Amino acid sequence: MSELSVKHLLGIKYLTPADIHLIFETADHFKEVINRSIKKVPSLRDITIANLFFENSTRTRLSFELAEKRLSADVVNFSAASSSVKKGETLIDTVNNILSMKVDMVVMRHPNPGAGVFLSKHINASIINAGDGAHEHPTQALLDCYSIRERLGDVAGKKVVIVGDILHSRVALSNIFALQLLGAKVKVCGPKTLIPKYIEKLGVEVESDLRKALEWCDVANMLRVQNERMEISYFPSVREYTQQFGVNKALLDSLKKEIVIMHPGPINRGVEITSDVADSKQSIILHQVENGVAIRMAIIYLLASKIKHHES
Amino acid sequence: MFYRNQISESKFENFLCTFALEKQFIFMSQKVLLNETEVHIALHRLACHLIENHDTFQDTVLIGLQPRGAFLANRLKSILETDYKIKSIKLGYLDITFFRDDFRRGDKTLEANKTNIDFLVEDKKVVLIDDVLYTGRSIRAALTAIQSFGRPSGVELLTLIDRRFSRHLPIQPDYRGRQVDAINEEKVKVCWKENEGEDAVYLVS
Repeated sequence: MSELSVKHLLGIKYLTPADIHLIFETADHFKEVINRSIKKVPSLRDITIANLFFENSTRTRLSFELAEKRLSADVVNFSAASSSVKKGETLIDTVNNILSMKVDMVVMRHPNPGAGVFLSKHINASIINAGDGAHEHPTQALLDCYSIRERLGDVAGKKVVIVGDILHSRVALSNIFALQLLGAKVKVCGPKTLIPKYIEKLGVEVESDLRKALEWCDVANMLRVQNERMEISYFPSVREYTQQFGVNKALLDSLKKEIVIMHPGPINRGVEITSDVADSKQSIILHQVENGVAIRMAIIYLLASKIKHHES
Repeated sequence: MFYRNQISESKFENFLCTFALEKQFIFMSQKVLLNETEVHIALHRLACHLIENHDTFQDTVLIGLQPRGAFLANRLKSILETDYKIKSIKLGYLDITFFRDDFRRGDKTLEANKTNIDFLVEDKKVVLIDDVLYTGRSIRAALTAIQSFGRPSGVELLTLIDRRFSRHLPIQPDYRGRQVDAINEEKVKVCWKENEGEDAVYLVS
């Protein structure tokens, strides 16, 4: 097994465990590359990649752009806020216009779930989903699992709890798929209103008591409360949320074992986790960001090698 | 046939196949280019040649090209250290996969190997080490790749086998174990005790 089974990265649910292991092994090599004094390799110098962001992003977009540039790809950026989308152009038209300028690969973030899958049926280029609504965010899940593997040696058999806003979170869904593919056990924890109704159908347990969840787990992935996606009130107040589902140093120190703290960012300091937890030794938040570049380099490299030279 | 009377036909075919695979005389032929003694003599000669040019190896680093050059580099390091008492030789392994010029040209994804260079090559004399020099394309990639680790004061090339008349690029070794004339369809296979259980070089056709 030395190549991906897919042409696009639309979601974790389309991948096999072998795909994920291949991505991790390739990312190991790229992690070494980005720690060299010259952090660049020439592999993709004849590949052009368009980053289409129909929704705001800092980390993911920067991370993708760095990954692309460190592979020597040509990069064009596009954000919906300053584009013809505002004038009423459809998604397929926008993308086809960009592709007719000879683009080989598209990295897309879109507010609508399934935007990537829809696009993959209508265009020829390879597509990487950088987040589609509350559906999937595969590169985030892969870098999260990679960071767990790096800290704990392996993902298989580890217990991971995902805490917070599961309902609006694409990170949660992709993480659940990826962790389960790699053989980890997953629980979710959060206010009842923010836990999807049929989540148990995915083979995930629901825990409403944060302390119990933390006592059980090896890793706690603390999600951000996504105020921008909440039109109605899901919990009485931020203060009450913090009291019930926020992690502080006292709570962390009172646990019987040392657990690993993760966060996909951006952090609401003092809401999901306090500053001393975010900056503690148990937190691998900044490693996640560093690994993000290596993981995205690996994914882009592996997908690009499926675009044959004579086709482009 | 004698055997056919005693054992069933399928068993006989099985036997023939295994025999052929073991001896490799039906599907491919291979000729010994260097046997164990000859490999060892070549290694010692290469080591001595390196000492002539690099003396105490103060400002010299050895870089084995992954995957196959690493075995040769390890051997040379141990010969230099144990037989010629040269201390603390710096040895690194360089993988050139991401610098190759045939990305997306073949059917397979190019798989990388580990790079491990835990020293700076800035102002050092670098000796690139590989088992077989063929088209010269790997060495071209290695010359680009090594620059990511600094600007060496000079780069040399050492190969155990130099295949003549097959270069695609103007690259020649500074140190060679044996020069070989082989046509393109033939393959030169270098075996190491650590990997294949014997030290030998074969010409497979």
